Amino acid sequence: MKAIPADRSFIVWVGAALALVALMALPLGWLAWVSVSSAAGPTLAHYLAVFTEPRLQKALWNTVVMALWVGLAAIAIGAPLAWLTARTDIPGKRVIRGLVLASFVTPPFLGAFAWVMLAGPNAGFLNKAWRAVTGFEDPLVNIFSMPGLIFVVAIYTFPYVYVMIANTLELIASDLEEAAAILGGSRAWVAVTITLPMVAPAILSGFILAVLQALALFGSPAILAMPAGFHTITTQIWSFFQYPPKVELAAAFSIPLLLATALLLQFQKMLLGRRGYAAVAGKSGQRRTIPLGAWKYPALAGALLVMACAIFLPYSVLAKAAFVRAWAQPLTWDNITVANWSFTFFEYSATQSAVLNTLELGVMTATVGAVLAALLAYIANRKIIAGHQVLGFLALAPVVIPGVVLAVGLFIAYTRPPFVLYGTLWIMFVAYVTKEMPIGYSQSDTTFKGIHPELEEAARGLGAGRLRVLREITGPLARAGVIATWCFIFIGVIRELSASIILFTPATKVMSVVIFDLKEEGQFGAISVLGLFMLAMTFATVVLVQAVLGRDFMGARD
Amino acid sequence: MPRRRFVTLAVVFGCVALLASTASAQDARLEAAKKEGKVVWYTSLALPSAEKVAKLFEQAHPGVKVEVHRTGSQRVLQRLMQELGANIRNADVVHTSDAGHFVLLKEKKLLMKYTPAGVDRFPAGFKDRDGYHYGLRATVSVIAYNSKAVSAAEAPKTWKDLLDPRWKGKLVTAHPGYSGIIATHVLALANLYGWDHLKQLAQNRLMLVQSAADPPGVVASGERPVAVNGAEYTFYKTKKKGNPLEIVYPKEGVPLIVSPSAITAFAPHPTSAKLFTDFTFSREVQQVLADSEGLYTGHPEVTYPTDKPKLSELRLLTVEAEELEKRNEEIKKRFVEFFGA
Repeated sequence: MKAIPADRSFIVWVGAALALVALMALPLGWLAWVSVSSAAGPTLAHYLAVFTEPRLQKALWNTVVMALWVGLAAIAIGAPLAWLTARTDIPGKRVIRGLVLASFVTPPFLGAFAWVMLAGPNAGFLNKAWRAVTGFEDPLVNIFSMPGLIFVVAIYTFPYVYVMIANTLELIASDLEEAAAILGGSRAWVAVTITLPMVAPAILSGFILAVLQALALFGSPAILAMPAGFHTITTQIWSFFQYPPKVELAAAFSIPLLLATALLLQFQKMLLGRRGYAAVAGKSGQRRTIPLGAWKYPALAGALLVMACAIFLPYSVLAKAAFVRAWAQPLTWDNITVANWSFTFFEYSATQSAVLNTLELGVMTATVGAVLAALLAYIANRKIIAGHQVLGFLALAPVVIPGVVLAVGLFIAYTRPPFVLYGTLWIMFVAYVTKEMPIGYSQSDTTFKGIHPELEEAARGLGAGRLRVLREITGPLARAGVIATWCFIFIGVIRELSASIILFTPATKVMSVVIFDLKEEGQFGAISVLGLFMLAMTFATVVLVQAVLGRDFMGARD
Repeated sequence: MPRRRFVTLAVVFGCVALLASTASAQDARLEAAKKEGKVVWYTSLALPSAEKVAKLFEQAHPGVKVEVHRTGSQRVLQRLMQELGANIRNADVVHTSDAGHFVLLKEKKLLMKYTPAGVDRFPAGFKDRDGYHYGLRATVSVIAYNSKAVSAAEAPKTWKDLLDPRWKGKLVTAHPGYSGIIATHVLALANLYGWDHLKQLAQNRLMLVQSAADPPGVVASGERPVAVNGAEYTFYKTKKKGNPLEIVYPKEGVPLIVSPSAITAFAPHPTSAKLFTDFTFSREVQQVLADSEGLYTGHPEVTYPTDKPKLSELRLLTVEAEELEKRNEEIKKRFVEFFGA
């Protein structure tokens, strides 16, 4: 590699430094500062207030309980499913993968909302059916409870575990397992003693990802926990903003969430860093399919049950609620109506501007994010400037900041001079770019790792300049990857709620916020309509990625 | 004779001139409003009702749009104050069901002094002494039950009945941290029975929803058979739609909520804001609020549906706006302490 003139790398560094300051240092700096400042000078009073108040301690504890159980439940669902689709002859693998993907992209707050209609203790369809069949008085499930919350969060979080494990299993050859089988190990014994240890790091790291997701979630606890009379950290932080706002308490309460996330990620990194299993490294060996025999259909039934909970039931109930006057009443002719649709799109004046704002932010964030991520990944992969590793680290760093915490920081930083971004779409743009950068970067990183530098070097050897090489060689090769990154970010933005709920103003509402507003008023029909609309946008984007990549986007990354 | 004729003529003339001048003043105002193009309305009126009022205004004033931002009273205040904190002046007309908000806003000099046409005939409870805000509508907070799940004989009749353990797990309440109606309700009942009443009520493990417009949906769906509070007009509308729902007006009294409306001191569209405010206080709109939305109003000429009690037939529990403002935090804090969130 030729050393690049110092002036050019200087520009990159200045740009990166500025972006870093605007996106992370400023909000987190303000967050930390506000959490310890008072009119009388520095103080720990806010921390004291937050951590000695029993109500808030309870919110902390609830969050820990919820997140850990979600992690375990996600393994319980995700690991067997991953093994079944990666290793066995279970029928309908493609369909199952497709459904896991669908659960992956379903906005969790929509799932939670749908489950209110499915498993509300009295009016929920499942409980009504249960009573009708068994004659019992007690409900089968009460969704407004800690177990209910854990369940609903888990069915939309298990894909994180699934992806980690399925991708690892696809990299493990079957030799060891076969050797064990030949030596007389039963199928279950082999799975427990050979396969399990090899995927253990993947399971753990899937667990950590699932826990992180659960920690950062706002919508599901707001919909399921608050009606039951309990808070989690995120909903509690959000309610600190009620008038008169207690931003300093929100800041102090954000710090443990930030620390917990950072620690967990550090732990995950340690785990993955140690993954020195020779058996996992190569793609050489063969992977043989394990016949399930008599277990084939029970296994399929199990997989479909999971999918019924995550997809079929919630989507059906949303579809029903979108077309009826009263969601809890049967589907009779005089209950059916299109009034929800005309109300949502033509009478409710917030809808149109929210859809436009969402699209605008989605396109803007995805475009800027994908280009920026591609640029950073390119620089880091081709080692173009000194200190390129640092860029990669910075791009991945926001992953430790939960959406709510980021939003509190941005709110404090950008409601005061010199940068008053609050009240504009820009503050949300900043939040979204920051939030999506890690996923965009890792996606782009994969893309550029897949493009061998030899081609570029050959072109440069023939006398082409760096820009021409980028335009004629690297660009076309990276196009599919960049488009996929774009779609990833777009999907992430249109469903974003936890940061938006703190950063929006009435003039800058986005769809997720409108749905939340409608939820607070109990407008089930309109929520379902908007929810279906959001799902349609999401799936259209997913289809686009599949077409561009030629595979589903959970696929093994190199 | 000619003299009398002259007088008559003069009177007729005078009237015509007066009418013409007010008409042209009206026209000039409409033109100015059209130039502004819209009025931004921060409102806690239940969404379908708010959109209906907006549509009526737009039909009567083509060229002037109404931007409805509907959320709970407490959120309206929160959003307004957050915006002002960042120097954003977006709202023209503010309307919530927490009278205390208007004490606060007036004190902070955030309201414009404006008297909507015709409100001088409204009762005293609808008028601010200093002329900054006027009650656009009123409702009461009531008990309601699902008549399929609960028979009329079993149904709770008084606020005290709700404390009976047999209602455990069967009640729903809206939230004073969201709704001004519920904040008023909680204070009115605390004044009547003390905080202990609320504490005991919480023993029955209530489902918590946010908006005072939400309990009707919860009760109609059967998710909880009884609502311990909620906006009567939304219960009434839900019942009229054919849902199995009955309203109870406890005879110890029902909290009365008069929801003020005011123009902001910084209104970016002041002419449209005045036009809109006059319109919403006009007899036509007030009658619509009474007829199709089930609300009470301060307008003396408005008539009410015969299938619901008149305000004068009810024993009303009122709360002073100043007290509501002063104790806002206490109300929310107590509620969260008792009910958990």
